[in-house]
Amino acid sequence: MDKSVRPQDSARVIPDRLPLGLKEALLRWEVLLVVLLALVIAVNSSLSPYFLDLYNLADSTVNFSEKALIVLSMTLVILCRDIDLSVASIIALASVGVGLAHQAGVPGEVLPLVGIAIGLLAGALNGWIVTRFAVPSIVVTIGTMSLYRGIAYVVLGDEAFTRYPAEFLFWGQHYAFGLIPLEFLIFLGFALVFGLVLHGTVLGRHLYAIGNNPVAARFTGLPVDRYRLGLFMVSGFMSGIAAVLLTGRIGSTRPNIAMAWELEVVTVVVLGGVSIMGGSGTIPGVVLAVFLMGMVTFGLGLMNVPGIVMTIFIGGLLITSIALPLVVRRLTRS
Amino acid sequence: MSRRPHHREWVLGGLVLSLMLLIGVRAPVFLSWESLDALLTDVSILTMMALAQMLVILTRGIDLSVASNLALSGMVVALLGKAAPDLPLLVLIALAVLNGAVLGIVNGGLIAGLGIPPIVVTLGTLSMFRGLIFVISGGEWISSHEMPAAFLDFPRERLLGLTHLAWLALLMLVLVHFLLKHSRIGRELYALGGNPKAAVYVGIPIARRQLFVYTFTGAVSGLCGYLWVARYAIAYTEIASGFELQVIAACVIGGVSIAGGIGSVAGCVLGALFLGVINNALPVINVSPFWQMAISGAVILAAVVVNSREEKQQGKRILPVSEAPHG
Repeated sequence: MDKSVRPQDSARVIPDRLPLGLKEALLRWEVLLVVLLALVIAVNSSLSPYFLDLYNLADSTVNFSEKALIVLSMTLVILCRDIDLSVASIIALASVGVGLAHQAGVPGEVLPLVGIAIGLLAGALNGWIVTRFAVPSIVVTIGTMSLYRGIAYVVLGDEAFTRYPAEFLFWGQHYAFGLIPLEFLIFLGFALVFGLVLHGTVLGRHLYAIGNNPVAARFTGLPVDRYRLGLFMVSGFMSGIAAVLLTGRIGSTRPNIAMAWELEVVTVVVLGGVSIMGGSGTIPGVVLAVFLMGMVTFGLGLMNVPGIVMTIFIGGLLITSIALPLVVRRLTRS
Repeated sequence: MSRRPHHREWVLGGLVLSLMLLIGVRAPVFLSWESLDALLTDVSILTMMALAQMLVILTRGIDLSVASNLALSGMVVALLGKAAPDLPLLVLIALAVLNGAVLGIVNGGLIAGLGIPPIVVTLGTLSMFRGLIFVISGGEWISSHEMPAAFLDFPRERLLGLTHLAWLALLMLVLVHFLLKHSRIGRELYALGGNPKAAVYVGIPIARRQLFVYTFTGAVSGLCGYLWVARYAIAYTEIASGFELQVIAACVIGGVSIAGGIGSVAGCVLGALFLGVINNALPVINVSPFWQMAISGAVILAAVVVNSREEKQQGKRILPVSEAPHG
């Protein structure tokens, strides 16, 4: 061995980070999202005088805050090459659990903990099946999606749980300073935590390593399956919180609560620049996508566009935002 | 492909049969000819959709937009039937298939042409197709009295004792079986799913095969769109909502590997039959239909776990390093 050649003397120095020039910085996905967001806000405020109203704007955040919480955990799950399609069903299951606990006389202050615990357990079951039997998470969570919501239907049938106590409704209906919904503040808090963990800790780097190459990550000694199990539990945990907030906001539990949310959540994550193949994506990106989606639906709502028509915009936004860079790259290359 | 290609299908077939017998013991009416005939008719659409979906999954893809495609194509023919009752039925059916195929080409073009992951593309078109139904129908319901009689009767009419629906499903079964076992394209789909890189090296035109499978599922969804609307005699925005997951579930239960390259016609059909038996049997044995969803979820999980054990025997594990010489 030639000990005189230190890594930094070698011609092939591999830097810790790639140098970030102005051009690369401007072409980042997040920049594109900021531009899109500015565009949407400009168009919306020119079309409707009610859009830039502070109270309206603050109030509109409740429509996406619960979904946005799951977007955060889904980002980590997809980053590690998995997917969790059962999140909306976990909401239904946790909400039913909260309703049953309430009927059994559990006090309102404790009900949120019941919902979160059920979410955590449901997520743990997902993660256990995926890692223990080494099966694709998409299939497992399609199964548990059916199972969890199925249990909600078995318990409730065509009934509903209502009359939740005020201490519980507080979480979904309180406005801080009489203006900003508590739900939105909770989302911002979690966004900060997720951002710091993913981009500022060793654990975050481990997740990127697993997402880029799980086999290599395993060979470097990372407990890959334990991380994946943990992420499914995080996903269940966040779904449990979303269940508490949503149930508190609408004040009732029906088995079809949060129906088809999983697809919207995945759409936002992908729109936020997270590769569905794993390994890349950022929290600021998905938070911007959350706002973009929220502002698009809020603006369309002000223009009395029905929800089902909005889905055309959302689907189109998803496809064009992914397709456009690919088309541009192809055109510039030739 | 599995080393014991028929093993899994026999087990699944035995399971379906014993399930049916078990239900028959509790409620003999379930095994009557009328009940079995209804079962066959009920699972026909699911079977056709699952067979088409299998082709997509074989290539490591997935098509989540099939139910939206079905509903949109169904609405298109329902509106056409309402506007022009004199149009021959065959023309209407052909238009349904064409409509579905065009929607499939949109998926296929984006996936094969631009290389966007199938799950992303079909997630987007799932919402778009569904929204388009509302746009073209204005949110209205088209009910039975607005559709021509021949249009409504076709799926339920009988030929040699079986409904047209059942015959179509059998026809599809034969077609897909021939395609997969006796045509070059079919063998290429297995190769493509088994190892895409190797498939490129041996000269399989991957993009064209992808375009083919998505167009094919699109066309089948279009056909099923007409059949669905005519059978249930109603067309509105929400029909078959969430049906895509049942279709994928049928494939998974039938042993089609979501990782691509593994799957058989027999397994796929049995998977659809399994779900059909559960759905049809619950009311017969006095179990609330609310159990249906939870039971099919549990069945999917059981199937996934069982199938994983068989696939694992092929020695795909990387760690631990000391590998057994023969898996």
